[in-house]
Amino acid sequence: MRHIISLLMENEPGALSRVVGLFSQRNYNIESLTVAPTEDPTLSRLTLTTVGHEEVIEQITKNLNKLIEVVKLVDLSESAHIERELMLIKVKATGAQRAEVKRTTDIFRGQIVDVTTNVYTIQLAGTTDKLDSFIQAVGTASILEVVRSGVTGISRGDKVLSI
Amino acid sequence: MELLSGAEMLVRFLRDEGVKYIYGYPGGAVLHIYDALFKEKSIEHILVRHEQAATHMADGYARATGKAGVVLVTSGPGATNAITGIATAFMDSIPMVVISGQVPSNMVGTDAFQETDMIGISRPIVKHSFMIKHPSEIPEVMKKAFYLAESGRPGPVVVDIPKDMTNPAEKFEYVYPKKAKLRSYGPALRGHSGQIRKAAELLLAAKRPIIYAGGGVILGGASAQLTELAKMLNLPVTNTLMGLGCYPGSDRQFVGMLGMHGSYTANLAMHHADVILAVGARFDDRVINGAAKFCPNAKIIHIDIDPASISKTIKADIPIVGPVGSVLTEMVAIVKEIGQAPNAETVASWWKQIDEWRGNRGLFPYDKPNRWLNSGGLGTMGFGLPAAMGVKLNFPEADVACVTGEGSIQMNIQELSTCLQYDLPVKIINLNNGALGMVRQWQDMVYNSRYSHSYMESLPDFVRLAEAYGHVGMRITDLKDLKPKMEEAFAMKDRLVFLDIAVDTSEHVYPMQIKDGAMRDMWLSKTERT
Repeated sequence: MRHIISLLMENEPGALSRVVGLFSQRNYNIESLTVAPTEDPTLSRLTLTTVGHEEVIEQITKNLNKLIEVVKLVDLSESAHIERELMLIKVKATGAQRAEVKRTTDIFRGQIVDVTTNVYTIQLAGTTDKLDSFIQAVGTASILEVVRSGVTGISRGDKVLSI
Repeated sequence: MELLSGAEMLVRFLRDEGVKYIYGYPGGAVLHIYDALFKEKSIEHILVRHEQAATHMADGYARATGKAGVVLVTSGPGATNAITGIATAFMDSIPMVVISGQVPSNMVGTDAFQETDMIGISRPIVKHSFMIKHPSEIPEVMKKAFYLAESGRPGPVVVDIPKDMTNPAEKFEYVYPKKAKLRSYGPALRGHSGQIRKAAELLLAAKRPIIYAGGGVILGGASAQLTELAKMLNLPVTNTLMGLGCYPGSDRQFVGMLGMHGSYTANLAMHHADVILAVGARFDDRVINGAAKFCPNAKIIHIDIDPASISKTIKADIPIVGPVGSVLTEMVAIVKEIGQAPNAETVASWWKQIDEWRGNRGLFPYDKPNRWLNSGGLGTMGFGLPAAMGVKLNFPEADVACVTGEGSIQMNIQELSTCLQYDLPVKIINLNNGALGMVRQWQDMVYNSRYSHSYMESLPDFVRLAEAYGHVGMRITDLKDLKPKMEEAFAMKDRLVFLDIAVDTSEHVYPMQIKDGAMRDMWLSKTERT
């Protein structure tokens, strides 16, 4: 099963390499990773998605918690949560295609953020599935470039991850 | 307040922390530190002949005392030579602080002379590591390093110090930090009482219980508590290789070591147990044999300070995260409070069965913790001699012996020179079968006796080698000479004696578990199996 693990860690050089190193060292799977400092500049928030059996996920969370620089950790997928991924996608936009791409973008509630005579650059946020669907709808033949941020997320309701 | 350079702060901190010996080897990146060390009389530096030996010496000291051993090496090759010893300590959760020099901070990343990314290269084999970014943070970082190394599940900690951080011209205020502050680290201080009660009830109701105790009992200083619980409930006790000595080996309730080369009794008792109390052990693959066939009828209680050790290879029915000592103390109290004894009849029939398995097999000579030291997890060849030296240095009155083979001893034989310099009269018991015995045994059993590179055609004359290093050498080729020669060797209190003992090359180690089998599946001799 896919899990979204989100953690707060010391915003120090080397901390990220310990997290990433743990995954290669222990042969864990890592699908996406996103990290940035929080409103408290001493802390970074890291969110990663991984796939594995429950026993493996248990070991992943235990070993992440064991890292000295990891302050707090939550498996977002264990309860109600909001997940988002940001995509910037460059698509061919000429002739009849131009209107079609615009329509598809509107349907997916994306925004065209850059325009040339031949190309639209579209910004789209949503779940991983939604971004995948958009790529499928536009068609790989007209896609020039895709960049995705990786999944980030937050718990629903009053639950917060803070120290 | 006193003004000190980074190098002086480091040395002063070590003194204030109560460090008596540090093990190391100088080089360009640590010369400021060595200069500061030259002026500090209360710390003795032991100059090894290879940095690996420095780590094993510190490790030997740590295993015998429970306190962190301190290593000082230079950048580049000094640091990489220490890696095997750091990995050895990591696998066995041994507290150690390794101080490595680094090229000056403005040259880090430029492939400078003797530059190695020590933080990167050691990352998977340390509990934690630090790189010093400013000289003034040295005391605080060092305090954290010792605290991390010695607390919770212990382990090695690396502190990498760029040369400019120890510049003697730059002075800062020094204060010895009394406590380490780490908001993101807090090992459990006690176990969950509800879980401990459940475990106590399960043990009281068990028909065929056994205690499986590992190195964590020794690291946690919990031998007395373990013994009290075992005695109170009349439980059989088996130890892992790392746990030997945590329960008196000569006691009737001790059934021997378990695992790949464990005793027949211990492996059978484990296999047939209905409740296993695992204490400070980690269900290592050399213990459990085939995980799928492991102890099919057993409920498992697992006490460990490290939650990641629990349910890693074998699922625990009652996990208890906490220091083994306090958990066992609480368990003893709860058993007393419940006020019941295990059913006398079931206890008697379980012991009858165990005694049948045991027959007249002998007892084990490990009666005290911290006396049997070995590289259990990593299986490092060349560990024995420097580890024995680390113990002898700190316990000069004790008899310290290194039991080794002609393959292993040659991996750190150069330390015979260090032994002479610092007067470390250890006894080396070299079981010389002229072959890499464990490899050869596998080649006999699995590879139809094709001895691919498992023998040595040009072994040195160990007697003359020992003499060349200024020590005493003895060769024993006849069994009748063994006892008198050993007595003679151990009577020479102030001399290192190298006992080179001829062993039959074809000799195997038994019992040996059959790969992927259950605990009970063993070869008992070359032709006989369970």
